Amino acid sequence: MRGKGGAVSTLPLVAPSVVLLLLWSVVPLVMTIWFSFQRYNLLNPLIHGFAGWSNYRFLLADPALVSSLVVTVVLVAAVLVITIVLGAVLAAVFETGFPGRGVARVLMISPFFVMPTVSALIWKNLLMHPVNGLFAAIARGLGLAPLDWFAVIPLISIILIIAWEWLPFAFLILMTALQSLDEEILEAARLDGAGPLAIFRYIQIPHMGRAISIVVMIETIFLLGVFAEIYVTTAGGPGIATTNLAFLIYQRALLAFNVGSASAAGVIAIILANIMAAFLIRTVANRLDV
Amino acid sequence: MKGHDKSFHPVAAVVAWIAALLMFFPIAWMVLASFKTEAQAVQTPPVFFFHPTLENYAEIFGRADYLTFAINSVVISVAATIIMLVVGVPAAFAMAFYPTRRTRGTLLWMLSTKMLPAVGVLVPIYLIAKDAGLLDSWIALILIYMLSNLPIGVWMLFTFFRETPKAIIEASRIDGANVWDTIRHVLLPLGAPGIASTALLSIILCWNEAFWSLNLSAHNAAPLTAFIASFSAPEGLFWAKLSAAATLATLPILLFGWFSQRQLVRGLTFGAVK
Amino acid sequence: MRLKVRMAVTALLASCAAVPAMAETITVATVNNNDMIVMQKLSSQWEQQTGNKINWVVLEENVLRQRVTTDIATGGGQFDVMTIGSYEAPIWGKQNWLVPIDDLPKSYDYDDIFKSVRDALSSGGHLWAVPFYAESSFTMYRKDLFDGAGLSMPEQPKYSDIGNFAKKLTDRGKQQYGVCLRGKPGWGENMAYLDTVVNTFGGRWFDEKWKPQLDTQPWHDALSFYVDLLRNYGPPGASSNGFNENLALFSTGHCAMWIDATVAAGFVSDAKTSQVAGKVGFAPAPIAKVPNGAHWFWAWALGVPKSSHKAKTAKAFLDWATSADYIKLVAKTNGWVLVPPGTRKSTYDNQEYLAAAPFAKQVEQAIQTADLQHPTAQPVPYTGIQYVAIPEFQAIGTTVGQLVAAALTGQTSVDDALKRAQAQVTSAMQQAGYLQ
Repeated sequence: MRGKGGAVSTLPLVAPSVVLLLLWSVVPLVMTIWFSFQRYNLLNPLIHGFAGWSNYRFLLADPALVSSLVVTVVLVAAVLVITIVLGAVLAAVFETGFPGRGVARVLMISPFFVMPTVSALIWKNLLMHPVNGLFAAIARGLGLAPLDWFAVIPLISIILIIAWEWLPFAFLILMTALQSLDEEILEAARLDGAGPLAIFRYIQIPHMGRAISIVVMIETIFLLGVFAEIYVTTAGGPGIATTNLAFLIYQRALLAFNVGSASAAGVIAIILANIMAAFLIRTVANRLDV
Repeated sequence: MKGHDKSFHPVAAVVAWIAALLMFFPIAWMVLASFKTEAQAVQTPPVFFFHPTLENYAEIFGRADYLTFAINSVVISVAATIIMLVVGVPAAFAMAFYPTRRTRGTLLWMLSTKMLPAVGVLVPIYLIAKDAGLLDSWIALILIYMLSNLPIGVWMLFTFFRETPKAIIEASRIDGANVWDTIRHVLLPLGAPGIASTALLSIILCWNEAFWSLNLSAHNAAPLTAFIASFSAPEGLFWAKLSAAATLATLPILLFGWFSQRQLVRGLTFGAVK
Repeated sequence: MRLKVRMAVTALLASCAAVPAMAETITVATVNNNDMIVMQKLSSQWEQQTGNKINWVVLEENVLRQRVTTDIATGGGQFDVMTIGSYEAPIWGKQNWLVPIDDLPKSYDYDDIFKSVRDALSSGGHLWAVPFYAESSFTMYRKDLFDGAGLSMPEQPKYSDIGNFAKKLTDRGKQQYGVCLRGKPGWGENMAYLDTVVNTFGGRWFDEKWKPQLDTQPWHDALSFYVDLLRNYGPPGASSNGFNENLALFSTGHCAMWIDATVAAGFVSDAKTSQVAGKVGFAPAPIAKVPNGAHWFWAWALGVPKSSHKAKTAKAFLDWATSADYIKLVAKTNGWVLVPPGTRKSTYDNQEYLAAAPFAKQVEQAIQTADLQHPTAQPVPYTGIQYVAIPEFQAIGTTVGQLVAAALTGQTSVDDALKRAQAQVTSAMQQAGYLQ
């Protein structure tokens, strides 16, 4: 510990984090891999023993698997696009300074503090319900037929709810980035006759590049595991239209209590996570030159 | 933060206010519903003006011990956050100021541990918690939250510390201070904004976590997410009562977020700002 | 013991810390339905009488089920009393996870409990849980709308009648829909209802050798009927409506008919929450081809897990909470209309109850005639009307429920949905070892 002249032993500093996370990820991982080769249904102790690859075989033969991967990717990508585009525009708009900016900003970021289950319940029952909901009432007031959100556009509806939850996060990060933009550059641009749109396009957007990478990385980590919103609104349906990988695992693990099958799905999820990590996080990390 | 008023633009003001009101509207609508009767809450067309009632709140306080749930939420969120910082700050410090060949890999690996879906490992974790005698205890939830927020925490702290001039740290080292002194007397004051926003983000994430908190608690350690679950979807009309319960569960963290948003913003750069 | 002492924080608060045998603290897990909330409130009387204390864990149904299932299957020992359904009780009893409840004192009067209810909660000659309340399903309809249209509900409606009525009573301009039915995917949601339709169309889940039968004609007929009925005469958003959503629709006057759980009768007749109170008529669940399994059976019951160390106190609580005296206590404090229904003969012999609950006779008849042992016209290897009492059914039922919802929204055709359902159920049954 008492390294002199700049030589510092970093091991004792980093070790607690690494050891803890190693335990936290490796112990369940080993158990998950072990269970994935077992016939293990919590509800039926009579079924047990080595399963070979059969859990994987059943899973890979299940059309829900491929579909759930597609849903997972679509969901993550769509929410990312919505939150980043709107977040960037709104961050720039909020940078202009206007009456009541502080209050407006507080209102703007509020959805981030609401529990996902609560958000989903509000949206489903109080807003999007095709008979009792507010949107339906508005549609009828305009002489339109109310939209049956979760039947007609189930995935889009869920994307909308999740985007509402995560827009504040993107907005906050991007706004922080814009605040660090040198005021002199903006002044110079204005003197050169650049309008707000030109400033946004040629100065602010490039300046937000790194912040956008951050938003992509953090949101992706959380969005891959989205579960509560789906559980509350569509229960993965209709059909498997809104079943993502996390929800598929939930169905195996906590509806069927089929630990073997759920573990196999978990292993696949871990493999995917590492592919994601390899590509996405690395790309982001490169941009941030970590 | 200075000088922004110069670029005041009426269109921007209108757009910003519309966006802010739209974003907040669902929450406002929920709070409004909490003062309706159950019948009014499902009425069509929806009612905007009505005689507010407190019966939902009365019913909730009569049925559940809100304070116990709230205290559990506070204790678990705060304790998990503090431990996360105690573990994470030294690691982030070392990685930011004394990077090695393995630093980058370690950071990426830490983040990738966040990607294991919690639902998939409930049974193993439940069995471990049972054998350790930690079911329905603060300790289990504090540990799990600490671990699940540690990767993001270390990353945030790392990126923030990296912006701190290394020369200051070096100077303190040359003055003969050991690593712990350096962290305590130099890093903590300098990195306070980053540490504060890391803590805030961690508290928010802990507060809203609804999978482990529901599955590993019963009575003694049950936080506000369990409180919500006891008012959600019973047989019968429940939207007004649920709105009231959700308002009660959301209010503390919402106020906390409002009051601390300045701190949150200051350190929430993730190294994105140069 | 030493370990326990060391974990001071936990032990201090933990209910399971060793306490003297006389006064104990038990943890009771229950659903957040009205009847249970009443029990929670009244339980302070039991606490005073016995000196024991209760820690309540009240959760919504799905969360509770997942919670107690995890706990009992892993021997977690978190709960001393669990609220479970007639689906779980016999299965868990067979696994030896529950303490048999055959030995309550004579005053408990087992014979007063409906035989169909006792049978539903028994397996292997033991009663595994005692019923708190029980329900069946029946038809609720708006008498005012029927009168207005010059229609009358037959004593025993047929599904063809329902179709005709629904057609006549649908007026989309007024947001009035002929019939509301469950459409939200889930084994306890849309499948609970659809199973009764399949049964009465002469269908079954499995043949005697556990071969899935979802690609047979009765399933096709039943699903086609259900989809057509709900699409043409049901409310928008039917595919995400469960019990509560339909209750909200019916109570606000949007449905002319609603076929669902008998507990709904109390809610729609309560003027405080229902705009249609006093206008609702009740009839048995409709029949299509055969009478078997046309109405379901469900009981919420209290059981004691083997992992509890306080089985004696827990049983004493069961004795109190499901007794005839408890029902009288609820009647005294909350009124007869709010007593837990469907469990005891003495409730239905009570004139005050019959006067307070005009639907009581319909409910009693529906519960007594629900035959869980022979739910279908053709022989089956399982028990249960709106479910199949095997551990794998929650998952199977929910998977099929999603495909049914897809057919309802028109994402897939009825044939396609059933073909896929048959394939998925076959795969699940192979995996579970029922089939090769």
